[in-house]
Amino acid sequence: MEGDIAQMGQFIGAGLAAIGSGAAAIGVGHVAGNFLAGALRNPSAAAGQTATLFIGIAFAEALGIFAFLVSLLLMFAV
Amino acid sequence: MADGHEGGGLVIKPMDQFTISPMFGGDSVGMFTITNATFWMFMAVVAIILMMVVGTRGRAVIPSRAQSIAEVFYGFVYNMVVDVAGRDAVKFFPYIMTLFLFIFFANFLGLIPLSFTTTSHIAVTAVLAMGVFITVTVVGFVKNGAGFLSLFWVSSAPLVLRPVLAVIEVISYFVRPVSHSIRLAGNMMAGHAVIKVFAGFAAVTAVAPLSIVAVTAIYGLEVLVSAIQAYVFTILTCVYLKDALHPHH
Repeated sequence: MEGDIAQMGQFIGAGLAAIGSGAAAIGVGHVAGNFLAGALRNPSAAAGQTATLFIGIAFAEALGIFAFLVSLLLMFAV
Repeated sequence: MADGHEGGGLVIKPMDQFTISPMFGGDSVGMFTITNATFWMFMAVVAIILMMVVGTRGRAVIPSRAQSIAEVFYGFVYNMVVDVAGRDAVKFFPYIMTLFLFIFFANFLGLIPLSFTTTSHIAVTAVLAMGVFITVTVVGFVKNGAGFLSLFWVSSAPLVLRPVLAVIEVISYFVRPVSHSIRLAGNMMAGHAVIKVFAGFAAVTAVAPLSIVAVTAIYGLEVLVSAIQAYVFTILTCVYLKDALHPHH
């Protein structure tokens, strides 16, 4: 075993931060799934709500991107 | 960017593609150096001019192919502004159209191999997002005066909750430019880094075919993401603009 403990912490932290990407995937899937469930019940109202769908996905996804950013910062910027 | 089996392990440097370097000689980046970022932003502007000015030069009633593409873009953004921000936001349409086209073309030019994605830099997207934030705040105060502050005072909530909600609303208002810019930059950076990581695996013979398939698939996803992120940035601008024009809950 070689390498210093700071680098190990850096890599473990990056890996832990990457969990956030999976959590964001759950969030995005929830938004899209619920949209589809609603859209199949009332297809005529679906077209008007696509903008809301994308806004919802964007908000859910942004937090996953933050987690990814933390991961990248730990890997390459620290 | 992978150097293959060097020092025993696979070396993948997915972030090297985002390095800013001078375009025409020299090695120091100063205030007015023409860098690859400058060049590709300029290319985005040239592409927009080609499409919107040269493409619509004919002004035909039956549009040519270039003209109908330009018309599709115009109609798409115009409908977005009217639907989301309302009819009185139409006077901000040129600004929103500019934002959409610039981000759209910067994203797509970044997908050309060996090119540079300007929107993957937070410095670029932060300027765009701060522009939106300042515009929206100024417009809100000019249009509504102190009434703009009622955006933070949720009058439909119970009275006890209102101070708590006001604090949350103020925080969420000031986080807007941060999330607005990091969402775009993060998405573009993430996608391109993932492509590079998969391309790096091509150095290992056993998984090379798989890595080529993966690069193709991720590239397809990136085409989608480029368009969607331009759309999301613009539609959020419209939402913020709607808040500024009609702050009452």
